[in-house]
Amino acid sequence: MKTFKMGGVHPEENKISNDAAIEVMPVPAQMVVLMNQHLGAPATPIVQKGDKVKVGQLIGEAQAFMCANVHSPVSGTVLKVEPCKDAFGLAKPAVYINVEGDEWMETIDRTPDIKRECTLEPKQIVDKLKEMGIVGLGGATFPAHIKYNVPEGKKAEYLIINAAECEPYLTSDYRVMMEHAEEVCIGVSILRKALGVPNAYIGIESNKPQAIAKMQDMAKQFEGIVVEPLKVKYPQGAEKQLINAVTGRKVPSGKLPIDVGCVVSNLGTAFAVYEAIQKNKPLIENILTVTGKKLPSQHNCLVRIGTTYNDIIKHTIGVLPATTGKVISGGTMMGKAVVNLDAPTVKGNSSVLVMDENEARRNPETACIRCGKCMHACPMGLEPYMFSVLVKNNRIEEAKEHNILDCIECGCCFFSCPANKPLTDEIRLGKNKVRAMMAAKK
Amino acid sequence: MTQQILIAVIVLGAIGAFFAVVLYFVAQKFKVVEDPLIDEVAEVLPGANCGGCGKAGCRAFAEACVAQHSLEGLRCAPGGDAVAAKIAELLGCAVEQGEPQVAVVRCHPANCGENRRSNYDGLRSCAFAATVYTGENGCPFGCLGCGDCVAACQFDAIHMDAETGTPVVDEDKCTACGACAKACPRRVIELRNKGNKGRRVFVRCINKEKGAVAMKTCKNACIGCGKCAKVCPFEAITVTDNLAYIDFTKCKACRKCVTECPVHAITDVNFPAPAKKPEAPKPAEAPAPATEAPAAQSNS
Amino acid sequence: MNLLNISGSPHVHSDESTKKIMWRVNMALIPALLVAIAYFGISALLISVISVLSCMLFQWLIEKYILKVPSTVCDGSAIVTGLLLAFNVPATASMMWIVVIGALVAIGVGKMAFGGLGKNPFNPALVGRVFLLISFPVQMTTWPDISKVQFFGLDTVTGPTPLGMLKERGAEALDNLPEVWDMFLGGIGGSFGEVSALAILLGTAFLLWKKVISWHIPVAFIGTAAIFSCILWLVNPIHVEAVDGVNQLVGYIDPLTTILTGGIMLGACFMATDMVTSPMAKSGQLIFGVGCGLLTVIIRTWGAYPEGVSFAILLMNSVTPLINRWCKPQRFAC
Repeated sequence: MKTFKMGGVHPEENKISNDAAIEVMPVPAQMVVLMNQHLGAPATPIVQKGDKVKVGQLIGEAQAFMCANVHSPVSGTVLKVEPCKDAFGLAKPAVYINVEGDEWMETIDRTPDIKRECTLEPKQIVDKLKEMGIVGLGGATFPAHIKYNVPEGKKAEYLIINAAECEPYLTSDYRVMMEHAEEVCIGVSILRKALGVPNAYIGIESNKPQAIAKMQDMAKQFEGIVVEPLKVKYPQGAEKQLINAVTGRKVPSGKLPIDVGCVVSNLGTAFAVYEAIQKNKPLIENILTVTGKKLPSQHNCLVRIGTTYNDIIKHTIGVLPATTGKVISGGTMMGKAVVNLDAPTVKGNSSVLVMDENEARRNPETACIRCGKCMHACPMGLEPYMFSVLVKNNRIEEAKEHNILDCIECGCCFFSCPANKPLTDEIRLGKNKVRAMMAAKK
Repeated sequence: MTQQILIAVIVLGAIGAFFAVVLYFVAQKFKVVEDPLIDEVAEVLPGANCGGCGKAGCRAFAEACVAQHSLEGLRCAPGGDAVAAKIAELLGCAVEQGEPQVAVVRCHPANCGENRRSNYDGLRSCAFAATVYTGENGCPFGCLGCGDCVAACQFDAIHMDAETGTPVVDEDKCTACGACAKACPRRVIELRNKGNKGRRVFVRCINKEKGAVAMKTCKNACIGCGKCAKVCPFEAITVTDNLAYIDFTKCKACRKCVTECPVHAITDVNFPAPAKKPEAPKPAEAPAPATEAPAAQSNS
Repeated sequence: MNLLNISGSPHVHSDESTKKIMWRVNMALIPALLVAIAYFGISALLISVISVLSCMLFQWLIEKYILKVPSTVCDGSAIVTGLLLAFNVPATASMMWIVVIGALVAIGVGKMAFGGLGKNPFNPALVGRVFLLISFPVQMTTWPDISKVQFFGLDTVTGPTPLGMLKERGAEALDNLPEVWDMFLGGIGGSFGEVSALAILLGTAFLLWKKVISWHIPVAFIGTAAIFSCILWLVNPIHVEAVDGVNQLVGYIDPLTTILTGGIMLGACFMATDMVTSPMAKSGQLIFGVGCGLLTVIIRTWGAYPEGVSFAILLMNSVTPLINRWCKPQRFAC
């Protein structure tokens, strides 16, 4: 079975919400839509206080190069346009909407029919991705229209769809595959067409045999879609590792996947692309996993983007257990700890993961015993223990020489460290310092 | 026996003489000509290499002094006026008198008690914590409490108060080198004039959020009401972005603003106030991203 | 509700800890200890207990009164050092006090002087052992005769070790060598923890299963020693020859005797694999093991001491930083 060549760990999988079918969450009474839900500059709000908006109406326009459109996920009246604190407590520009009814834009096809044919030219597809505000849903929220607009002189040879879902706990991609296999395959075909590549590969970790069977079945009906079972190993779904597993190629340091002829998208993105291109539906809904070992029930739910964490919790599990120690947006390995549960969710959120106080606490740090486990776990072949020392002593130049910027922050080093050293934190700090140093030099 | 001793002495003597000659010529050949004044200036500097002057170390500072032959734009904060006078004497130039300064922590000890909203469990580094969240009390401007300033201080002049989680400056030890201000990612620490008898007044908050939002975060947050600016007889107080700032060059320490402030964000220190604890000014903690706060450029 | 915890990712941990690693090593040493008690009687147990307790005591004292840091005695590393130090001395009555001095040197000089666990360049137990070997040469090379040991007897009749006999070059040594099977099980003279290859291999298997160590160092160490001594042996196998009219042993020892006698097994499996003092990369570990193997055979064959494992490992410890610098993991993205 295919896998990436070096490093990696195998955390407890905990896919306990696997069997919870996707449920639709009701629309909350008030909605806050953040303007930067993607990598890059925030979108510019184009509505004002008192404006009426419909579901799917453009409310934030992408004006910078690295930016994506933002659409209203609800219908109603704009209350105000002012900053709102995001999940980490930092103020971000936002549009507040008072929800009235559920009136959709007329252009959006809300029928359940599946539409297979796509007559658009590649250029038109990319333009439509931009119009619909599609971003990568694997976590990095990279605007899709930039990714699929292959620069002059470079050629895409592989389209790789990341359905590895190597993060513990997360099951939203699995549920999409189980319930929307056909739509996903259509979405993949569209992306394949946009890039003009002969084959698209869907990489799925082998701990999801049902999904693999289902997708293989469905892929037979489509031209050029190959389902690739992958070994269960974290970080199988990391862009560079996935390329390595599927094609054997390695993305050189500081380069992008397109430099080795690959484009990687998340499975959720493929589904969003289907809805955007075939149904004219902008990216206004997310599929979130609500899970946790100590929760009374497990859920996968379809929510309007902008629903607050508290609303989601209220509609799925009622209240957080009294012993809650941490709420994470994303998986346990790369997700972010949430401070502000009143914050709206954004594009790219994949879960609300509730950890118990015992699981959530980090053990105290002890002395490094130079066991080298971090080094053997590192999928990028780096030496995390050394970065720890260099960053602590502010030897930033040396950290750069040891390729600290290659780090993908997957967390394998901290995970495997017997001394509980916060290696990943230290490396992130070091990367920031290296970047600051490089910026200062320029 | 005598012969052996003699041989040993001669051989060793010859080797010694040979290397003496080699060393002499090498020393001649690679001699670095340097103004002896640099050594003399470096001698009177404190030698802590704190970098507060903006140079790479004390020697670099001495070189700069000698190179421009004046103290213009150069000031050794830890050395203060005494060192400046000595250097001026060596260089034969005029001395610039500077007001003695001290690092001031502009954040209320708010990372504790009912203000606490979360519990930080990661790397003890303010620079890193600032990239993860807003701070344990939810204030996106305030002290993060991980002690980057403490680590940055070379004079052991700043410590974390275990109870409040914010740093406290030891006024006697602080040399106003500015290392802590540079280390703080939130720029909570500012260098301010020490004031007559160490008495000074400052706004202990840098929260620029709107009053209502700021108040929810911290009961001592400046809400930008402007009462202090109105009451100030010397026009030393300005309110920008919902935040009052006292210009220490204009402030006469009359303390009218202190009593006027509805949220007690304005603090006076070292006044012999009745039943008021003398408070040390506090520098903050935090790691090292950016440059210092605007007011931290303190030499003048 | 509780305050929410905040930290950077990842939010889970493998549950691996230094403590677990150290306790696993301790468990892996138990078979060797049991065999030693079986062969050398109660004195082996007493020496081990004394050694472990004094290592823990010295570490606690140094941390509390000199370094003034929280105590780390419970992490089990002092116990590992104590056990390994005890395993490296003969099971004689005088060792019961000498080993305390060894423990002080091992912990004080070998470990705490450098800042404690993780910062020591040399294996502490070996530092203690070599110190004792140089300071107490007679006591450290007086071995109990295994055939005459009484279980509860503390005064033992002394006997030779196989390597010691061969070093003496007496013509009769060859005939008196123990059977290979005895060497494998442990029925030979020597430091009491190193005699039984079987017990050591059992412990090693446990460590390999638990992934505490990897196979690279032990295999490279023992393999190199075997191959190198095999080459020497093929060139000139050990035999009796009359030199100046006196029958003497000449030639080189066979590879099986080489790896089954002395401390090669214990050294390769437990002391060379010490994480702190061995290289991190697999390639570096191979170099380290090969170096240890070569040095051991060289010291045994041409050195003054009959045994060279301790010196070989200590010498290779000293080049570990260099090996680490040279043997980098291969970068994923070049």
